[in-house]
Amino acid sequence: MKQQIIVSGIGGQGVLFLIRLIAQVAVNRGLAVLTSETHGMAQRGGTVLSTIKVGAFASPLIRAGQADVGLLLWDANLPVHAPLLRDGASLVINAEQSVAGAQAKQCIAASRMARDMGNAVLANLILLGLAIQQQTLFCSAADCVQAIRQLAPERFVDQNLQAFQLGLNHTND
Amino acid sequence: MDTQADVQLLMGNEAMACGLLEAGCQVAAAYPGTPSTEILQSLIDRRDQAKEPLHIEWSVNEKIAFEVALAASYTGKRSVAVMKQVGLNVAADPFMRSAYLGVKGGLVTIVADDPGPHSSQNEQDTRLFCLQARVPVFDPASPAEAKQLVSVAFELSEKYQILTVLRPATRICHSRQNVALQPMQTLQRKAHFEKNTARWAATPPFLPALHKKLNDNLDAIAAEPHLQPLKTAGDGSQPRTALVASGIVYGHLVDLLEELGLSDQIDLYQVVMPYPLNPAWAAQLRNDYDRVLVLEETYPVIELQMAHLGVVGKQSGHVPKEGELTPDVIYKVLAGFLELEPPATAPADSRGRRPSLCAGCPHRSAFYSIKKCFPKGIFPSDIGCYTLGINLGAVDTVHCMGACISQGAGFYQSYVQDAQDVAGGDFPTVVVTIGDSTFFHSGITALINAVIQKARIIVVILDNGTTAMTGGQPVPHLGITAIGEPTTAIAIEPLVKASGVNFLECCDPYDNDDFETLLKQADTHIRKPDGGVAVLISRHGCLMERHVARAQPRFKIDITDDCIGCRRCVEAFECPALVMNEATTVAEIDQDRCIGCGTCIPVCPVKAIIKGEQL
Repeated sequence: MKQQIIVSGIGGQGVLFLIRLIAQVAVNRGLAVLTSETHGMAQRGGTVLSTIKVGAFASPLIRAGQADVGLLLWDANLPVHAPLLRDGASLVINAEQSVAGAQAKQCIAASRMARDMGNAVLANLILLGLAIQQQTLFCSAADCVQAIRQLAPERFVDQNLQAFQLGLNHTND
Repeated sequence: MDTQADVQLLMGNEAMACGLLEAGCQVAAAYPGTPSTEILQSLIDRRDQAKEPLHIEWSVNEKIAFEVALAASYTGKRSVAVMKQVGLNVAADPFMRSAYLGVKGGLVTIVADDPGPHSSQNEQDTRLFCLQARVPVFDPASPAEAKQLVSVAFELSEKYQILTVLRPATRICHSRQNVALQPMQTLQRKAHFEKNTARWAATPPFLPALHKKLNDNLDAIAAEPHLQPLKTAGDGSQPRTALVASGIVYGHLVDLLEELGLSDQIDLYQVVMPYPLNPAWAAQLRNDYDRVLVLEETYPVIELQMAHLGVVGKQSGHVPKEGELTPDVIYKVLAGFLELEPPATAPADSRGRRPSLCAGCPHRSAFYSIKKCFPKGIFPSDIGCYTLGINLGAVDTVHCMGACISQGAGFYQSYVQDAQDVAGGDFPTVVVTIGDSTFFHSGITALINAVIQKARIIVVILDNGTTAMTGGQPVPHLGITAIGEPTTAIAIEPLVKASGVNFLECCDPYDNDDFETLLKQADTHIRKPDGGVAVLISRHGCLMERHVARAQPRFKIDITDDCIGCRRCVEAFECPALVMNEATTVAEIDQDRCIGCGTCIPVCPVKAIIKGEQL
């Protein structure tokens, strides 16, 4: 099993937590995993890109046109990071409105849904829920729930699980 | 792969911290700097696991961190100094001499490089620094290898009583990997400093012999069997051709060869210790191969030592001499070397949205007032979040830690020579901005110098009570150690006064009017006959610190229909919570980002930003 995943967003959106979570799932499943992250100055609200490579890889970086999956927390990043995706890559996008080049089922107004839950940062887990629903990732919903229980601070576990379920059960009606 | 409990998902920096614990390191000193910061932070978080006493400190700067670790090594204990690549410049003086004098207990300096650069003022290569200093250096290709090399570096350090360096690049520091943990060593060492002035206080007569010993050691280290470049032999289909790589670039190359179906076709070498490179290995390569592609970040350190006429690399112009060697860059180089179909042109690297100061950041308010009071001022600034004052037009220079005060003085000295009427204040207003942590790091000596050289400048110390850019490490005026214990707090004000500054004021930059009044008073002071340096402390906690954000009142901020769409708030204040609705051409508040501080209210020329109820 090999899968290359990009997670794109802006600083403060919880990109790092999302990639830790997915990487933890890989570890729990006994799979080799490598991630890369953006720290420092760029975290101050600038565009951040993280990558996850699951399976037998030696480098954490993803070459242009090689990513199998894209999780976009900031829809305006699509033109910036789309060149990393291969033809036919799976994509889920946090977007209020439809996004050119993406199907409706790939988009979710995760920030608005998260705001309604009382915390805009939960958009990251809502988007993960949709990614699992769309069967884009190497893992299952149960894998994600296990990792959320492992990594989320205790008092936020329930809220994080709710956000994840919201994305998982999302419909476009 | 096993899924035992001793395999953890670790960031490279966490993995190296685990390596330090496993190696029995007992003294760890660092100054924070991206991408190295989380090494010491992880050690702090895991200190309870240490089997033996462990002193951890955030030192005031890198030179001090190195010297503390050095003396610990003299007592026979294992110690580490941690810094980013430019931090080694600050520590260069003791570092260079340590190569000659050597060490006792293992001393490893972990220096994190930043090819790219992603978060630094240059992309200097610590491996070349080590070549110049004559210090063995290791270049890990993965987080797991970085951890493993911590022990290797300690063992080599002790075997030859020599300083060693581990240099992870950003892509190692900030990558996560499944890493197997090892049992921790218990070395049971008691501090014992054996006096030997011929060595620890070596005067010039003793140095040639120490230098000779160093050179002999380097020859022996270069020949150490377990530190030789690791060879993956090809199948002979590409005869007399080899690939050589070190660090994370080796990882990129392995994945690329796999993607292209070229794995195991070409002889491939991983150089784990780029300096000192074994001359016998280099001679072997000259003998065995006509063409060798060398891939390394960032300077041609291996290439220089190979002295091979068939080397394709940075010197020959085939490999870019600057920037990160990303997989896409390597593909292009490899395609040229192996005469493959060239890859489709990789898309231009786009950085997307630029970073900006956080919503409610007190620096933004300070910069806004400075720019407002002195539209024609000269604004030297420094390294930290506040570098982002560039976006607000209130930062003109950023150089290196602490440079802004001396640069401000230098600007003054140059302009004042040309002034027609110094007594009449015929020189530009120089307003220096420096963060509190940077001030302690290397601003104090510069302030003393500015005072005694009679510079007439305004120094604004942006005191947000933390080292914010790197994630909030404690600063000396908080009176807290790295592990959270209380210690003596060193206040900024007495230091400034003792430096001979006669104008010292302190103000919360949220109080715009007061802050601007003080800036003008400071300008009056520097122009008085007996004027000199004026210092204004801009004091307001960093909002990334939870207790600060929680303690300050939060109001509902809105923009009324009075907005004329002039963009002033969006451009001159650049709060992430202020956004232009391009459809309606008026400004809006992004309520997800707004923290309700109201610092943007004075910015609007038509008073359309209003403060509502307290939330």
